[in-house]
Amino acid sequence: MAKGDPGASTRGRRAAPRSRKAATGDPELVQLLTPTGERIESVTGPDGTEYRVDFTDEEYRGLYRDLVLVRKLDAEATALQRQGELGIWASLLGQEAAQVGSGRALRTQDMAFPTYREHGVLYCRGIDPIMPLGLFRGVDQGGWDPNEFKFNMYTIVIGAQTLHATGYAMGVAMDGKTGTDDGEAVIAYFGDGATSQGDVNEAFVWAGVFNSPLVFFCQNNQYAISEPLERQTRIPLYRRAAGFGFPGIRVDGNDVLATYAVTRHALDNARHGQGPSLIEAYTYRMGAHTTSDDPTRYRIASEVEAWQAKDPIARMKAFLEREQIADSDFFAEVDEQARREAIELRERVLAMPNPEPVTMFDHVYPNGSPLLDEQRAQFNKYFDSFEGSTH
Amino acid sequence: MSRIKEFNLPDLGEGLTEGEILAWLVKVGDTIELNQPIVEVETAKAAVEIPAKWAGQVQAIFHPEGTTVEVGTPIIAIDTEPGAGPVESSATDLPTPSAASLAAVEVAPAEGAVEPGLIGGPAPGGRTAVLVGYGPRTTAAKRRPRKGAAPAAAVPAAAVAAPVAPVAAPVAPVPVPAAPVSPVPAVNGNGHLAGPVLAKPPVRKLAKDLGVDLRTLTGSGPLGSITREDVQRAASAPAAAEPLTAGAPATSAASFGADREQRIPVKGVRKLTAENMSRSAFTAPHVTEFLTVDVTRAMKALDRLRDRREWRDVRVSPLLLVAKAVLLAVKRHPMVNSSWAGDEIVVKEYVNLGIAAATERGLIVPNIKDAGRLSLRELADAMTNLVQTAKTGKTSPADMSGGTLTITNVGVFGVDTGTPILPPGESAILAFGAVRELPWVHKGKVKPRLVTTLGLSFDHRIIDGELGSKFLRDIGDFLADPEAALLAWT
Repeated sequence: MAKGDPGASTRGRRAAPRSRKAATGDPELVQLLTPTGERIESVTGPDGTEYRVDFTDEEYRGLYRDLVLVRKLDAEATALQRQGELGIWASLLGQEAAQVGSGRALRTQDMAFPTYREHGVLYCRGIDPIMPLGLFRGVDQGGWDPNEFKFNMYTIVIGAQTLHATGYAMGVAMDGKTGTDDGEAVIAYFGDGATSQGDVNEAFVWAGVFNSPLVFFCQNNQYAISEPLERQTRIPLYRRAAGFGFPGIRVDGNDVLATYAVTRHALDNARHGQGPSLIEAYTYRMGAHTTSDDPTRYRIASEVEAWQAKDPIARMKAFLEREQIADSDFFAEVDEQARREAIELRERVLAMPNPEPVTMFDHVYPNGSPLLDEQRAQFNKYFDSFEGSTH
Repeated sequence: MSRIKEFNLPDLGEGLTEGEILAWLVKVGDTIELNQPIVEVETAKAAVEIPAKWAGQVQAIFHPEGTTVEVGTPIIAIDTEPGAGPVESSATDLPTPSAASLAAVEVAPAEGAVEPGLIGGPAPGGRTAVLVGYGPRTTAAKRRPRKGAAPAAAVPAAAVAAPVAPVAAPVAPVPVPAAPVSPVPAVNGNGHLAGPVLAKPPVRKLAKDLGVDLRTLTGSGPLGSITREDVQRAASAPAAAEPLTAGAPATSAASFGADREQRIPVKGVRKLTAENMSRSAFTAPHVTEFLTVDVTRAMKALDRLRDRREWRDVRVSPLLLVAKAVLLAVKRHPMVNSSWAGDEIVVKEYVNLGIAAATERGLIVPNIKDAGRLSLRELADAMTNLVQTAKTGKTSPADMSGGTLTITNVGVFGVDTGTPILPPGESAILAFGAVRELPWVHKGKVKPRLVTTLGLSFDHRIIDGELGSKFLRDIGDFLADPEAALLAWT
């Protein structure tokens, strides 16, 4: 996949017309692709870091493909919930670029700690997209091996995973796995709402004090369920980092290129032993918080429309077209692949077996326990006592 | 598997039990694609569109718009192979009911005692008993009692449906005083214990221990489930249930009973209105003041406005002037545009002006956002827009939230004024009565003049009598002489 190396190269075949200085004032954010698909070659951050990407055409197309597939699979999952096939679904609609950009910036050895909305990052980590659907269908616990894919289980408790990530990152440092070009880094995903949680602030403190190889990646989608950002914070979220003693930067979360560049840089700092940083990916949740709420009750249509104009996929498509990196055949082929994969996902979801009630005992302890075995036996006996039980 | 597939209303949001059909986006005969939006459903949590689960042709729609449907109830039938010729409707084509039988269910009266009828045979109430399917009211399956077991309260209604079991046959509610039967989705879910009857595991165990066949019982628990008491009653006193059926509908001369009462389910806008009104009435201490004003000059000013070329296509109503009066008066008394927030008062610098509107779905109060910043012309357009949107039922929740001050135009109903109840979170509401030609003392003489009465209710926690009176007075002054007020105030 994409292997651009921000800050290292000036090859830039697709040399964009301008560079600019960014992020001295609050509203500024790192952006390499404007909402209309115009490419900005490089942006200099407030600390002098130059952010740029240098992708091949193939890699640009790959990013576009990721964005489209991730959105389509997400839409299919939303439809499945509406049809009664999933208990609930947390859609990532609108946040594809923040997830694909950061997900592709991860290297094989890096470890990610997601919330329950990181379907795009999960996809980038090479995990079968069916995996989280079992969880949301209530037939399994989410079946991937976190160690194999370096992607932890979805965490439902808001912000809790930032502490898990901090502990993990402290362990990475203690194992001496940082300080080289191939060092390990850790990334913790969370949302704007989570920044109000004690857990997240504690994680900031610990990661900062222990100089942990950790990137705090906050997708600021503007709403903590129904609570708007202005009820969460009095300053831009990325500026919180200064108080904890590590750098914070805001990136256009609807710009997959800028998100990639900024995340790659932060991860490299972490793997080299430079400590944690906070990235605020400024984005917008186009759908509901989950399928259980109605966003029209707490936000106005004009706001949604304004963000529609900043769509992450539309701008990437405009860029690919303008630069003639992709033609209509390519776009049609990607759409067709997305359609096929969505149908396949649907069929596989519908075919998921319902678990036997007794399987709830299976994954409590890795090697079982006498007490648990006894409970299992009692449960089986109880179950067999039912009239008409086919157990 | 049958080619006709029924789609059951799913639980759209973690533990919901019902949803209201807001709008069908397809009709019978339409060809639909997978994931095409087919229906808009409003639950306690959200109004959502449901995408089609299968591609095909719409065979039947089971519930009209406006009905509240329990989760698990079929709402639409889709023919997944519309090109494969006519649909067979023989009994072997089950478990999906034919459209015809469903239609029969659809028109069946929802209320009334219906005696057990044989499947396909005539049934009281002019309906045809259906073989399989789901009516507006159904009970759990009931079978002929096992020999030796209690006849209990159950009536063996659908015994002949045995060949198609375990799908339950719908029967009308059987009036059994001691064991009221609740409507229940006839088919159980996909649970491991799923059977034709609903009962909790301990009750099943008790039934097994006592040798009671659960299928012979009628449940008295929630959703028609069988309770511990049902099982014990059946086990202990086989004859005890006899009087229950005997004591059924006694026709007497009593004429002040349920037969002459109509029960309307409280839901949707009515439910919301009721909640808001109760909340507001019992939390915000209201006072109401009245002012009767000679609006002859204002009506003449409106006529002159209508005559202007650039206003020719604009809907100009007395309500427009009232709205303008309110907005100007708010500028002079900002405190009235506020809300009570427990330990503080929030005074708003923007006016989201609510206009109460009577619609087919009931009372709604959409508001014009930041109305204080609009010119008169913009205000007129916004009001026209708001009324039209409300009439077509397209008002969104966002349009209805965030109001800061409201006008209710009761004059359109021909009454003089009212004592309106505050919308929750607002501290003032103005009632605008009918404009009538009345004898009025004008310049020392009694003359026929156009007169109206304003009624202002306000939250006395925030607004004292003095402030409320000044605010109402200003509105009145503007309506008495708009030109002078404009010159004096702006």
